[in-house]
Amino acid sequence: MSTPQFTVGQRVRVRAVFPPGHIRTPYYTRGRVGTIASLAGIDPNPEQLAYGQLDHPPVPVYRVRFRQPDLWPNYTGHPQDTTIVDICEHWLEASDDA
Amino acid sequence: MRRPHDVGGLEAGPLDTEEHPSEPWEKRVLVMRQLLGRQQPPIISADELRRGIEDLGADDYNRLSYHERWTAAIANILLHKGVISVDELGQQMHVVETRWQQERAL
Repeated sequence: MSTPQFTVGQRVRVRAVFPPGHIRTPYYTRGRVGTIASLAGIDPNPEQLAYGQLDHPPVPVYRVRFRQPDLWPNYTGHPQDTTIVDICEHWLEASDDA
Repeated sequence: MRRPHDVGGLEAGPLDTEEHPSEPWEKRVLVMRQLLGRQQPPIISADELRRGIEDLGADDYNRLSYHERWTAAIANILLHKGVISVDELGQQMHVVETRWQQERAL
């Protein structure tokens, strides 16, 4: 379960779901497509730690690089600007979008 | 559902970057939180504290100061876990308030 599914350079889409509860995946990334920049680590899931559940298996966490214009529709900076967000694997799905 | 802390991309106005000296009670809150997180397993982990702060809801989240949020969240989590009881907390708040009133009157 904790073997990383995604590889560096792969295009991924952040799941566009909006459950209640403690979530580290920023709202502004939901539904957006980015690129796996690296594996940040295999760490306990903060969504479970936040409720005092300490016995679950750790999950892969990736650094995902987004193009700023893909995050902000009215972005006025340089079109090549990027931002990197740490995101747990269960929030990501493979994407065909270039 | 967007929780009150998750403000990336929202209009927020300018940041206040002034240094604020810590009040003594704020330092005590900080140390209390460190001690609560130092047990194995922690009585309150950093993740639980963050969840507790978000659980305060948008009104309290935006109204309370940084250390007031911590205090409110720590109290709620300790009550939920049964580490302290509502009655104990109420009694002790009364003791502290009475002491504060007496010291202020001197």
